[in-house]
Amino acid sequence: MTATTWKHKDLLGIQELTAVEITEVLDTATAFKEVGDRAVKKVPSLRGKTMVNLFIEPSTRTRTSFELAAKRLSADVINIATTASSLVKGETLKDTALNLQALNTDIIVIRHSAAGAAHFLSRLLHASVINAGDGAHEHPTQALLDAFTIREKKGRIAGLNVTILGDILYSRVARSNIWLLTKLGAHVTLAGPSTLVPRVFEEFGCRVTHDIDEAICDADVINLLRIQHERQRQTMFPSIGEYTAMFGLNKERFARTKPDAMIMHPGPINRGVEIDSEIADCGRSVILEQVTNGLAVRMAVLFLCAGRRSAMEGAE
Amino acid sequence: MNALVIKNGRVIDPANNVDEVRDLFVVDAKIASAPAPGADALDATGKFVTPGLIDMHVHLREPGRSDKETIETGTRCAARGGFSSVVCMPNTTPAADNTGTIAFITQRAAAAGCVHVFPTGAITKELKGEELAPIGSLKKAGVVAITDDGRCVQNNELMRRAVEYAKMFNLPVLDHCQDYNLVADGVMNEGHWSVALGLRGWPAIGEDVIVARNILIAEQMGWHIHCQHVSSARSVELIREAKKRGIKISGEACPHHFTLTDAALKNYDTNCKMNPPVRTDRDRDAILAGLGDGTIEIIASDHAPHCSYEKEVEFDVAPFGIIGLETELALALELVRNRVLSIRSLVEKFTVNPARLLRLKKGTLSVGADADITVIDPEREWTYDVARSASKSRNTPFAGWKLRGCATATIVNGKTAWRED
Repeated sequence: MTATTWKHKDLLGIQELTAVEITEVLDTATAFKEVGDRAVKKVPSLRGKTMVNLFIEPSTRTRTSFELAAKRLSADVINIATTASSLVKGETLKDTALNLQALNTDIIVIRHSAAGAAHFLSRLLHASVINAGDGAHEHPTQALLDAFTIREKKGRIAGLNVTILGDILYSRVARSNIWLLTKLGAHVTLAGPSTLVPRVFEEFGCRVTHDIDEAICDADVINLLRIQHERQRQTMFPSIGEYTAMFGLNKERFARTKPDAMIMHPGPINRGVEIDSEIADCGRSVILEQVTNGLAVRMAVLFLCAGRRSAMEGAE
Repeated sequence: MNALVIKNGRVIDPANNVDEVRDLFVVDAKIASAPAPGADALDATGKFVTPGLIDMHVHLREPGRSDKETIETGTRCAARGGFSSVVCMPNTTPAADNTGTIAFITQRAAAAGCVHVFPTGAITKELKGEELAPIGSLKKAGVVAITDDGRCVQNNELMRRAVEYAKMFNLPVLDHCQDYNLVADGVMNEGHWSVALGLRGWPAIGEDVIVARNILIAEQMGWHIHCQHVSSARSVELIREAKKRGIKISGEACPHHFTLTDAALKNYDTNCKMNPPVRTDRDRDAILAGLGDGTIEIIASDHAPHCSYEKEVEFDVAPFGIIGLETELALALELVRNRVLSIRSLVEKFTVNPARLLRLKKGTLSVGADADITVIDPEREWTYDVARSASKSRNTPFAGWKLRGCATATIVNGKTAWRED
């Protein structure tokens, strides 16, 4: 595994990365994916390193994925789960982070409901800071695993039509995907209700439409997003039922997509809301492969940010 | 007897239509027509000599939050920035919704303040927007205006009554224009950058709706509403059009709103978080145009100190506001250099205009007037070292900025409140 260009201590977002760096993560992940198929699913890359999963917003899938990724790299892992409200009342995020650093933590994986929380920590800490989702801002490892999956299935990313459907305004997954896919040359279409998919997204190189049929008819990849109840004001659309009727991916709409159009979803899925239950389970759905790939991508990110860094420090 | 001669400065006194190089005389705390024997001399060659500047929008935090600022430190900050008078906002703890708090502020200012402090009173009790504060009693206690600044009265009927009632006492009503439903939990301007950063938007329409309401109430009641810290292009247009129709409406602009845009937030710097937020190039240009054509008559800082630990948090939970008294004049002089404003017009926005709105006997160098004077070196280049600020707080987006122009002396009642070493 010979990474050559990665120079970052942290992974805060896709926006800061170049196409070359993104490709390097994907290539590194390809090498790590094979580890998961071994009888002994472990490599020594991060032996002796300590990683803290600092999750100040509920998450199961991302936290588990990071934890397993670190363990497969032989790191020691601690999970801290709390809520932003308890932090606000007591210790500040800054103090929490400095305490973790005082324990000689090498990597802090942070999930937080406030946008910019990972950037805030990276300015304070020597440890590697990995953004596992900050408010509606970025979720870089999700975009990387989505790209990994697209590349694995389609053989390329450049030139593909990728439609992201749903609650774009409040979605960090959408933002990270937009940055990544446009950097790698895909054509990105965003679709959903006008209140959740404002025209301003056109300024980021995307096509915006509120017509679901138009949005999906030419798509090579359809990435469905969950409606983010917890981040949404009550006034954004009338009801879940109307959302499903207007924008849900049902069988009738699915029948009009390209025959090789691939269905993705970052999870957790709401069956019968944004996606018909049978479509979620069909052969063109790669939802569970995304989860598998997430592990490889997160191993690659941890390795590049922390493992390579220690290798470089050792050489000095 | 104290006496002073400020020699050979360019005296700019819009109230008296004066702009000429001459000496200015102070005798016994008043502007005089001739020097008194033995007067101290202050050489102002190459400098501007103006009426003492007025900042009609500051938060001195006392009583209640003297860890952020006190009347002593806030007025020292004002003096350094060239301001001989400040108007302080009522969102203290307890709020300035009662005569006792006003008396406290007045007494602290007399004891510890190095510039004049003019308090404002609350429109509503505890700034809750529910019941009127005792506005008449507040007037008797010495307030120069009423405002719920930091908050905005949402109930239109209550606002109408407040204006109707305040008119009886000749008290202008100042309003922080923010519709709570439209703004909700917004933390920065809604637009390109809020979308890119994933932060909740504070849309310009949340200000515009209230500015429009205030225009209608001011028209209906025939009384003055002053829109504080105008931040949006549409608000400037609304005020311009209403003034043409003779409505008693006015607006003020803050240096951050005419200097920065929302692109400044790209690193989640909580020292760029203020309410209303800095907005787009288009909004900034509209504010500049409004300053240029007189739609916006007043420049004020909205000096809002917060402790460093309060700002060193996630962007969403950081308090709104920045300190501004020390950087205000330099940032405003930039408008003159960029030909947005004439120097006379700039001095008006810091002197006669706020004095007229608030009925202060200030803002003039007429013989017999209080000897409040600011001496300004318009070309002095300096770097803002916030670690040496006179404020107790450090929350500014202008730390480390290279600035041009500063006050070199601030005279209050004939005495030197501050002068450079």
